[in-house]
Amino acid sequence: MKKFKTAVLLLGLSLFALTGMAQPTANEILDRVDRNMYSENSIVESSMTIHGRRGSRTMTVRTFAVGDRQAFSEYLSPPREAGTKMLKLENQLWIYSPATDRIIQISGHMLRQSVMGSDLSYEDMMEDHKLTDVYTATLNGTEIINGRPTYVLQLKAKASDLAYDSRRIWIDSERYVPLLEELFAKSGQLLKRTTLSEVKQIEGRWYPTKMVFKDMLKQGDGTEFNVTSIQFNQDIPDHIFSKASLRR
Amino acid sequence: MLLAIKLAYRNLIGAGLRTWLNVLVLSFSFVVIIWIKGIMVGWDHQAKTDMTQYEIAGGQYWQETYDPFDPLTLDISHALIPAEVMPEIEAGDMEPTLLIPGHIFPNGRMQGVTIRGIRSGQSIWKLPTEKLDTVVDAIPAFIGLLMASSNKLETGDLVTIRWRDANGTFDAAEILIVDIFSSNVPGVEAGQVYIPLERLEELTLLEGHATILSYRDPEAPRAELTGWTLKPKEVLTRQVDELIKTKSTAQTILYGILLLLAMLAIFDTQILSIFRRQKEIGTYVALGYTRREVVGLFTVEGTMHAVLAAIAASIYGLPILYWQAKVGWTLPMDASDFGMAMAQTLYPVYTIGLVISTVLLVLITTAVVSYLPSRKIAKMNPTEALRGKLQ
Repeated sequence: MKKFKTAVLLLGLSLFALTGMAQPTANEILDRVDRNMYSENSIVESSMTIHGRRGSRTMTVRTFAVGDRQAFSEYLSPPREAGTKMLKLENQLWIYSPATDRIIQISGHMLRQSVMGSDLSYEDMMEDHKLTDVYTATLNGTEIINGRPTYVLQLKAKASDLAYDSRRIWIDSERYVPLLEELFAKSGQLLKRTTLSEVKQIEGRWYPTKMVFKDMLKQGDGTEFNVTSIQFNQDIPDHIFSKASLRR
Repeated sequence: MLLAIKLAYRNLIGAGLRTWLNVLVLSFSFVVIIWIKGIMVGWDHQAKTDMTQYEIAGGQYWQETYDPFDPLTLDISHALIPAEVMPEIEAGDMEPTLLIPGHIFPNGRMQGVTIRGIRSGQSIWKLPTEKLDTVVDAIPAFIGLLMASSNKLETGDLVTIRWRDANGTFDAAEILIVDIFSSNVPGVEAGQVYIPLERLEELTLLEGHATILSYRDPEAPRAELTGWTLKPKEVLTRQVDELIKTKSTAQTILYGILLLLAMLAIFDTQILSIFRRQKEIGTYVALGYTRREVVGLFTVEGTMHAVLAAIAASIYGLPILYWQAKVGWTLPMDASDFGMAMAQTLYPVYTIGLVISTVLLVLITTAVVSYLPSRKIAKMNPTEALRGKLQ
């Protein structure tokens, strides 16, 4: 009987040790996500569908991005929006509207406005800090999301000047891509939810090609992003990320 | 002069229906002009009273970056309440208000609002702030009727409200609508949510901050406060003055047309009188009247239309104007669409100055219109006139 107890104890300890080795820390998980989601640079063509109360409208956009600091987007359709361009350099954002032939800098409080009536604000689009830099992450267990095993990470703001006080992210524990993200107010009220799906292997990395952003306080089906093509680590000329390219 | 008046009176009465038709049209002008001007004075009075009772009190200090027409700067438009006004605030003669931009989500729709932090114990406005003392789990809040009807909200409803604190971090909570008030001031109703000041300060990490300081006494001399802009009552009500001035100009055209019609009738009457009464004019001159006196006689006769009209207007117009002052005039369209302090029913206010100025306006205009055709008399040859020959 005594031998049996010792064997059970040893087995238990071994399992615990194995589990501890198998389960990465929250920061390690976020690092692996970053490696999947971020690249030196990328060229993305996507469509953005805004589901409103009066119907839906879809825009197609081509985006050139270098890291998470520089981005240049050009709206390709519909004709009403075609030619609208956005340039993001560090924490500054400019928009060019062909209808007025003017370049407007979106700054300060205007960053809090909605992008083309979507569920995203310019500020949401501008977010370029690494989550591990500004949030303290803790691993809250595992869950199954859409049939995929996920790690559930709880993120709490380190600084007091972040738009969202806390976040919860469900990360595919095999592919290391986020499948669901929830953003919370200081009071704990759920404000926004992002659902990521249609994860595809592109150039050796897993990448979600469909994202649905939803303001949880509003009715409606949110804003949908569909990545139609993505190329990583391309040769993007520097002149694209200049104000002069907005008028071209 | 007395003889001229007597003669003029006899001639007018003698003219019969023609005189009374002129008098009737002119008296109608009297009543309408006094009524329109009364409505304007009443509106001015009502708008300023309502603004005082619900919005501006006796005057305000605005935090220097506050601009009511620029909602994008609202979240930076606040500052610590200056120490020098604290005794006035403690005495209840000044009220701090903190304005924070936010959104409410009635029935899942997003609506931009201004969250107004206001003290529950205030007494300088007629707002139902005592209801903010209601003890509930959610944040007690009251709103204006305009806001309630546009968002289909009722007392007892729970609505989610979202705002950002001083650091820009989102926060959200439920508010309970504890009361709905009605004023005639759209600025304090449309898109405004009132919650306790202390609660808003705590939620936004802005303890001791305010956007507007409203004081009770408009007459007391006010000191300048560093970082704040003094807005006396007359500055805050300037918008009303300007709008009423614009409206008055439009109304002047309306009653100008009315007066023109009446004056046209009098002008015609005068022309006809001079044409038909040439022998009479010749007789006056033959009896020793100077031409100037004859012109005066005809001018008095014409002007007397206005005197008779004033008497007629007072007979039937006074009861009408009195009745209007009691029941008011209800606007045929929604007054809240005007975007400024305007009641749905306007009550005319008739001042002595208004009545006197109207009487003088009509009298002088009638005198001028009566005089103009009478000038022809001065050019008449009395002999020809006596013979009744057309000149």
